Amino acid sequence: MSRIGVFVCHCGENIGRTVDCADVAQSLGELPGVVHAADYKYMCSDPGQQLVKQAIADKQLDGVVVAACSPRMHEKTFRRACSNQGMNPYLCEMANIREHCSWIHEDRTKATEKAIALGRAIIEKVKRNQPLQPIRIPIERRALVIGGGIAGIQAALDIADGGGEVVLVEREPSIGGHMSQLSETFPTLDCSQCILTPRMVEAYQHPRIKLMAYSEVDAVSGYIGNFNVKIRHKARSVDDTKCNGCGECQKVCPNKKIPSEFEQGLGRRTAIYVPFPQAVPNIPVIDRQNCALFKGRAKGLKKQACGKCAEVCGRQAVNFDQQDSFTSVKVGAIVVATGYQLYSIAQKQAHELLQGYGEYGYGTIPDVIDGLQFERLASASGPTGGKILRPSDGKEPKKIVFLSCIGSRDPAKGISYCSKICCMYVAKHTMLYRHKVHDGQAFVFYMDIRAAGKGYDEFARRAIEEEGAIYLRGRVSKLERASDVVKVYGTDTLSGENIVIDADLVVLATAMRPQPGIESLAQKLSVSYDAHGFINEAHPKLRPVETNTAGIFVAGACQAPRDIPDSVSMASGAATKVLGLFSNLELEREPTVAVVDEAGCAGCFHCERVCPYGAVEHKDIRDRKGTLIRVVANVNKGVCQGCGTCQATCPSKKVELQGFTDEQIYAAISAL
Amino acid sequence: MTLGYFPGCSLHSGAKEYDLSLRAVLQALGVELTEVRDWSCCGASSAHATNHTLAVALSARNLALAEEQGLAKVMAPCAACFNRLATARHVMAHDEGLATTIRPMLTRPFNNQVEVQNVVALFKGLTEVIAAKMTPLSHLNVACYYGCLLVRPPEVVAFDDPEMPTSMEAVVAATGATPVSWSKRLECCGAGLSLSRTASVVRMGREILADAKAHGAQAVVVACPMCHSNLDLRQAAMQRRGEPLDLPILFLSQLVGMALKLDPEALGLGRHFVSPAALQLAPALIAPQPRASLQG
Amino acid sequence: MSASEPVPTHHDPSLSGEINKLTGLNVAACYQCGKCSAGCPMAAEMPRKPHQLLRLVQLNQRQAVLSDSSLWLCLTCETCTSRCPNQVDPARLIDGLRELAFQQDPTLAPLKQRAFHQAFLHQIKSHGRVFELGLVVDYKLKSGALLDDALQAPGMLWRGKLALMPNNIEGKAEVRRIFEACEHVAGEEIPS
Repeated sequence: MSRIGVFVCHCGENIGRTVDCADVAQSLGELPGVVHAADYKYMCSDPGQQLVKQAIADKQLDGVVVAACSPRMHEKTFRRACSNQGMNPYLCEMANIREHCSWIHEDRTKATEKAIALGRAIIEKVKRNQPLQPIRIPIERRALVIGGGIAGIQAALDIADGGGEVVLVEREPSIGGHMSQLSETFPTLDCSQCILTPRMVEAYQHPRIKLMAYSEVDAVSGYIGNFNVKIRHKARSVDDTKCNGCGECQKVCPNKKIPSEFEQGLGRRTAIYVPFPQAVPNIPVIDRQNCALFKGRAKGLKKQACGKCAEVCGRQAVNFDQQDSFTSVKVGAIVVATGYQLYSIAQKQAHELLQGYGEYGYGTIPDVIDGLQFERLASASGPTGGKILRPSDGKEPKKIVFLSCIGSRDPAKGISYCSKICCMYVAKHTMLYRHKVHDGQAFVFYMDIRAAGKGYDEFARRAIEEEGAIYLRGRVSKLERASDVVKVYGTDTLSGENIVIDADLVVLATAMRPQPGIESLAQKLSVSYDAHGFINEAHPKLRPVETNTAGIFVAGACQAPRDIPDSVSMASGAATKVLGLFSNLELEREPTVAVVDEAGCAGCFHCERVCPYGAVEHKDIRDRKGTLIRVVANVNKGVCQGCGTCQATCPSKKVELQGFTDEQIYAAISAL
Repeated sequence: MTLGYFPGCSLHSGAKEYDLSLRAVLQALGVELTEVRDWSCCGASSAHATNHTLAVALSARNLALAEEQGLAKVMAPCAACFNRLATARHVMAHDEGLATTIRPMLTRPFNNQVEVQNVVALFKGLTEVIAAKMTPLSHLNVACYYGCLLVRPPEVVAFDDPEMPTSMEAVVAATGATPVSWSKRLECCGAGLSLSRTASVVRMGREILADAKAHGAQAVVVACPMCHSNLDLRQAAMQRRGEPLDLPILFLSQLVGMALKLDPEALGLGRHFVSPAALQLAPALIAPQPRASLQG
Repeated sequence: MSASEPVPTHHDPSLSGEINKLTGLNVAACYQCGKCSAGCPMAAEMPRKPHQLLRLVQLNQRQAVLSDSSLWLCLTCETCTSRCPNQVDPARLIDGLRELAFQQDPTLAPLKQRAFHQAFLHQIKSHGRVFELGLVVDYKLKSGALLDDALQAPGMLWRGKLALMPNNIEGKAEVRRIFEACEHVAGEEIPS
């Protein structure tokens, strides 16, 4: 016969108001196998826990049932108390008479009856509980950082400086991300490249960081502490072990007219190229879509259509036959830092929720550009050498109009959120414009100026008060191409006047969106994302850099629109979380995992097919001579998340979840 | 299959030539029209400006009549009628409360099964037939004017892109004429204020036509009798306030009819205030503009 | 409250509440960006622009908004509605406001616009269709604008653009009954 103790909590008035706790304790105390029953105002308090411990000692209890709140709240508390008193913690369970009873009912008599029934069920379950031991898993003290923008670089450096190994994977040929494209940064107007490039080099040269540029995460398996990651290295067509970055190949490439991604289409590049002079690594890549040789091959030409780059390369680094290659790495933690892209006003949208801006010409008006394009125009290393010249005819615009909230805060276009950084960069753009075009006039159409941050509002005010930008409160209804200007039909709701401006250049502060492909990456990682594709944090306030998958962390603009300081803070936060994980030698996990009864397993592997986590493995059963007798299922305890799907599926009932066996569950149900 | 036809009040009076030209052109193109029997006015702007229920009910009556007649689709050449009929269809499908109020008023079964079509969509579907039968209207630069009610609100009219439509340009291109690229093709002509606030209509019309002219148009093509009257009848008043415009305003059906070499009289080409006579033979007065791309 | 209980109907006596009941619109969704006014072809002539009318509704300024002549300048071209970022539908709102104004007191509408709408509806109610010559004459009598546009009629007659006799439809009694039924729903006469 069991010796179970029952402890009924009033939770102040939370339970006590609707449930007669004394009655519950008394009724449950009369059940066979229950040797102790008590109620108390706050069972989770120190004196409450003391009651539990005392009863274990006095009555030699072999099971504890706490009828109180949800196990999510206090299961750990009571299991720890039991453990401190020498009892196996898994012999302690909670009956939820708060969320499942007192909070959702009004009738005291009926609620009390239900609380007794819930308690009875858990008592019957605990009678069948077995002592369990937590699972210990070794931790691989290496992290994968996905994305080589400022967030990824910061996370990689912090982890590496803290003693961890890092694999930094970047999709583009160079690390640096969007920050490398920016001219100057708010609110201090320091040069973006000047503060970024040293960090890029540092990451490249760090002994504990392995940089894999022009690479993508192909597949991820495993679990916290023990992820297996397959990385695809896209074929650069240049051998990075031979190339010394001399740049001769680019000089001879005949195709020099390809719109440069780095210059946001405002500049040109060759088919063999490095995205920008400070690229890290400084190794070119051949854009096979635009390379004459590869285009010739695609057409089936026998003769090699070009090959000048290979001819000029003194180190024979150019390799036209290079294929994608793969590396597998084992890592203990992953940081997702894939960053953002800007919303496009084009008619065709990649995302079903999004609509373009037909009223702004769907992107067909040449002198309507976006914020990143303006950054390139303003950048000293940009296509115009830092001169503000408009794309259509290269003239210097004397009237420039900035439109805020394009895509952002516009549910009709599919995005309701505020992109957070635009107010600040628009203010910055008006200043940069003023500094470069002294006799020019900048106008800004805005809805609200959101400048919350250290020194931010002062910066935005400076644009208006000292740098002469005219801010007009209202949205623009239409942009119209008229002879050599763009007519801007806007309004100023503060004066109640409609405003029409013949602008020489219009700059759209378009919304921040997650990078394309984020959904498929998130699916590979089993992390959740919102309707826009931003990675979900585990808790919006208390766990902002963790995801819902243990061991995977998030940093920067792939989680929500972020500016540089926010991204860097998040990256350091995520790195600290990773280092915290790495500070343990082993990881302790709950033993609620599935276990296969090998003797009875028929080897049908239905469990393998239904397991959402890929935890079921094949195990060979051999006789003493080593002859294979049969193959049975085996659950990898590290991977199993204890969902119980296999248990429900197994035709011969030979796989069971520890702590939730059929016997326990049936006993609990029968007792209701 | 025969196509339901809802001419609307204007086509029986002020825009008689729209009715004439449509019937002539569609006959030539092999489209049979069946007029909705005993149709009544759609209610136009006066109904919806004063009583929403009345506005929906008046148009719903016509949809119910068409349904009774077994018509699957009704084409309304007037953009306002088209818009009101489409609105009624939309409201009757989406506002169950109002639909319940209105259904008994119709005194006949109504299952909201009649599709509503505008004239541009109809011709857009016939571009291949037109292109096969036409003699090109070469050297004719035409501004396609949509106005508002053909394209807005998008969820009701469900027609083309509300900001950068291309259908009318496609029809014009099929006649061999050149659609010019211009800015004011979606601006309102002043519609229902024609009588009660003529000065506003003249101001708006002038802005529209000046833009069309500045972009090299020799004529403006419309698909609405209200737009037509506001741009044609009021053009004299527009010219009193500025440089001459002299832009003939053609119904889309008339332009198609011209390409099909139909009798100008059958097309009612002589009924306009600004005569289109000069267009039929004269080559371009100015160099042809680049054809508007389908993106606008 | 159990899930099956109906949601209590919230009776909101404010102008936004009344508009919501009449049109289903949520006026509170307007964040006053002014895109409606920026694209409105009549804004230049309106004493109050569309976003300002909307603001007055939000502020429950019933009299001020219902007596504003701007309401009657709206052409329902729907530019505002199709571009409104928050899908507030200003054109439908203005229709709703005109309906409320017309119900409260038709003279809130400026004489000419009122005369036009009344003459137009009168045509439909009497003939089932609009008889343009009758419309023009009726409008001129109602508005007193006898000489406006007097020069156009001969041109229109000359071009066969004006029918001389009304075209009565067979179902004109049916149409008249629709008017009466709508008046019954509205609880008052539709001025025509």
